[in-house]
Amino acid sequence: MKKFVNNVDNILVESLSGFENAHNDILKVHLNPNFITRKSKPQNSKVALISGGGSGHEPLHGGFVGFGMLDAACPGQVFSAPTPDQMEAAAKHVHSNKGILFIVKNYSGDIMNFEMGAEMLDFENQTIIVNDDVAVEDSTFTTGRRGVAGTMIVEKTVGSLAETGASLEECKKFGDHVNTMTGSMGVAFTSCTVPAAGKPTFDLSNDEMEFGVGIHGEPGRKREKIRSADEIASGLISVILEDLKPENEQEVLLHINGFGGTPLMELYLLFESSKKILDKKNIKLSRSLVGNYTTSLEMAGGSITITKLDQEIINHWDSPIHTAALRWKM
Amino acid sequence: MTNFSLFFLYLENINNSIEFHKDEIEKLDQNIGDGDHIFNIQRGLKESLSLREELKNNQLNEILKKVGIKIMTTVGGSSGALFSTLLINMAKAYNNELSDQKNIALMFDCGVEAMKKRGGADLGEKTMLDVLIPVSKKLNELADKKDSKEIASEIMKAAEIGMLSTKDLIATKGRASFLGERSIGHIDPGARSSQIAIEAICNVVLNKLRRKQ
Repeated sequence: MKKFVNNVDNILVESLSGFENAHNDILKVHLNPNFITRKSKPQNSKVALISGGGSGHEPLHGGFVGFGMLDAACPGQVFSAPTPDQMEAAAKHVHSNKGILFIVKNYSGDIMNFEMGAEMLDFENQTIIVNDDVAVEDSTFTTGRRGVAGTMIVEKTVGSLAETGASLEECKKFGDHVNTMTGSMGVAFTSCTVPAAGKPTFDLSNDEMEFGVGIHGEPGRKREKIRSADEIASGLISVILEDLKPENEQEVLLHINGFGGTPLMELYLLFESSKKILDKKNIKLSRSLVGNYTTSLEMAGGSITITKLDQEIINHWDSPIHTAALRWKM
Repeated sequence: MTNFSLFFLYLENINNSIEFHKDEIEKLDQNIGDGDHIFNIQRGLKESLSLREELKNNQLNEILKKVGIKIMTTVGGSSGALFSTLLINMAKAYNNELSDQKNIALMFDCGVEAMKKRGGADLGEKTMLDVLIPVSKKLNELADKKDSKEIASEIMKAAEIGMLSTKDLIATKGRASFLGERSIGHIDPGARSSQIAIEAICNVVLNKLRRKQ
């Protein structure tokens, strides 16, 4: 294992300290229990948005704390859900009498720990469960679809709505709406190495890819021989569109997300492949974002996320934002 | 032996057994999960063992509750949520007017029921519950027996049968569920670590301690 490490047991705290110091104009990191907040509390009372999950997906979620997006993020150990006391402490720190909205990716560990955190609170709270990964079949009898790169889009748009002073109910409803308008699917070219494990999570031969991989390197739909970027894009997009069923000339946001080990040059190439496919299908590309936003340590590969847009989602996507990982119009 | 020293003897034997089977559990998790299970379990055991001095002279229900809270606040992931739910709810059900056997059977049953609710899972879904539910049933069946060694042997058997049963099951809960039918043929790592823990406790009763490696 070759990584920037001093002591494997201290990775998280050392990384969080660096994160705070690199962004000390807008962020504050609280330790024991660990959570990240904006440096100063919003001036007006608003619904407080809290997300979190295992570490190793940076900039998700800490990089999305700041004006126009999250109020707090709770980082767990690498790929492990955070603990309920983190959510409790974060909620107590950021709430301002308009309630707490938890944004949780659909994994058993995250759901359970956020649920336990919510039970410890004596003020109003609601939870949005993001499950945009179309690689996994949804069913009420299973854990169901995972929350992946589309989570960032939910956090950005609901974060914007919350800044307007909208109620907890309105924010929850809008978040659920953005979630249903969003679909994602990814492909891995290599595995990733959890620092504490010191060796790759899975083996993938040089000419293989894991189609429909999750953001922890957990297996996807099938393992197959690697194909051209156009063919991969076409495979991913056809599953996403089957799920989203867009109308003719539907406006969409296209997000190409890197898993951490793939250069931006390739991600832009994948964007181009995807755009060509959408053009051919008469789907109108109206907003886009390319980069490493929901990573899986150093895994090579990436995911495609498509969100069907309506005017409300467009407005809240375009609105000003100032976080460590996303910043525009301010 | 007091409840306190017995509890920490269990915990130590679990810790040594998990350490002994560490690579096997990690491999199982990498087959159908994401490889974090063993680290979470080991962190939980280490943190629980660190409470030894603090919990001296405490009653069993207090010990279970405090260890449960420690696990809840230090482990994370599914196992942190589930094992802390088990212990905290066992503590709540504690009734020292019952015989030791009946008290343990009742506490374990309440703990496992709370886990089922927390995880939304039940028997046959390829999870740790495939070990813990049969163990709970067996404990209740045997609650009138006096011979603790006989009980321990029976419990150990029930745990092992439950653990092995997960091999042919299709996962419908947790991360292994993302594999669907590809999960068949692999033993569930949570079921294996739970079975190792139960076995380690039974082995203390049977005077078969596993020495530290």
